Amino acid sequence: MVLLTLLAAVTLGIIRMRNLFAVVILGGIYSFLMASVMIVLDAVDVAMTEASVGAGISTVLMLGTLYLTHAWEIRPVHRDLLPMFVAVATGAALVFGTFALPPFGAADTPVNTHVAPYYLENSIPDTLVPNVVTSVLASYRGFDTLGETTVIFTAGIAVLMLLKGRRELKPGPKRRRLKR
Amino acid sequence: MKLDVIFRIAAKIFIPFMLVFAMYVQFHGDFGPGGGFQAGVVAAAMVIFYAIIFGLESAQKIFPQRVVELMVPAGVGIFASVGIAGMLMGENYLNYSPLGPDSAHGQEYGIILVEIGVLVTVAGTMVAIFYSFMGRDR
Amino acid sequence: MAVIHEIIAHYNHWIIIFLMVSGLYIVVARGNMIKKLVGLGLFQTSVYLLYLSPGKILGGTPPILSPDYSVYSNPLPHVLILTAIVVGIATIAVGLALVVRIHEAFGTIEEDEIFAEDEDE
Repeated sequence: MVLLTLLAAVTLGIIRMRNLFAVVILGGIYSFLMASVMIVLDAVDVAMTEASVGAGISTVLMLGTLYLTHAWEIRPVHRDLLPMFVAVATGAALVFGTFALPPFGAADTPVNTHVAPYYLENSIPDTLVPNVVTSVLASYRGFDTLGETTVIFTAGIAVLMLLKGRRELKPGPKRRRLKR
Repeated sequence: MKLDVIFRIAAKIFIPFMLVFAMYVQFHGDFGPGGGFQAGVVAAAMVIFYAIIFGLESAQKIFPQRVVELMVPAGVGIFASVGIAGMLMGENYLNYSPLGPDSAHGQEYGIILVEIGVLVTVAGTMVAIFYSFMGRDR
Repeated sequence: MAVIHEIIAHYNHWIIIFLMVSGLYIVVARGNMIKKLVGLGLFQTSVYLLYLSPGKILGGTPPILSPDYSVYSNPLPHVLILTAIVVGIATIAVGLALVVRIHEAFGTIEEDEIFAEDEDE
């Protein structure tokens, strides 16, 4: 519970800060806190992936982008009453919906009784692999993993196509810069 | 810069450890948390760490860009060919059962091969994206 | 006491909704493209928590089978979220590459400055 409150505090920091370097570092701290919350929720594979991908690769790529572009956000130009109203209204509707959800940690919900016991009982007889997440990911639902690998491949190709050629420096008109 | 010395010595201690850790996470993914994705990202982190400390050119001499770009589709190819191997031996696509002496061992071998494919693609993609970002001259 | 019971049962849902709404606010209200991508990442990770928290069973262990334990947490959401995390990082990587190209074409990554320049032409 303390971890969740820390997550909310880091989020407030990300919204308010205008120095993008600090925002990226706060994003890395957020990913580490998220990985700790996931360990408390017994999701160890997911926590390892989120820590390495969110706090590692994502932070490195954003710092690389900051190296190639500016590092400060400008002061907001428009009043943000409408986005704030939309956000608060959506949040209120969702909070109203959470009162119908089962309480945290219950064991008799349909999520936990429908298909999951079959995987937990049959993982070792069928595949000899004790880690149920790996056996479901690679054997029982292997098609999804093939699709996911294809998505990573496509993203790599897309980034290579976008960033490979020579940089063209076009002289443009004098650009109007807003106050930083 | 004199302070470079600390970084270089620390890197030489850490980088073999990172490689061994990536291999451990990959091959013990069956018995503990881990698997292909986590191992691929840790292996890519090793290359990125080396490139940050020793420079992009010296990193590209050891892990050349052509090899890294070839790794990206090679992993998908390994995954798909395990599926086709299952099909050639008589079962459906991506059924690993005929790959071993009996059905359960076949599944285990299939899972290990598929995770290697995922490792190759993920590591190759992350390093290739990093090389593209850093190679873009200002 | 009923209020305390409600709060303990739903506290994590409310924090998840706060994270989701703040990610949505950053994407909609801020003009800087890198900050929008950070907000998108915020939104995505809140959805991961939303999927993982119903799978947790109080008194269970992580879903790695062993003869010492008998109650395990649900492994199915873990599989879905593993895929979702990797797809999310792929999306953010392509988004950052687009931001680099936009910066080279326009000289800025603020939405308001780009719209102002488009109006001039």
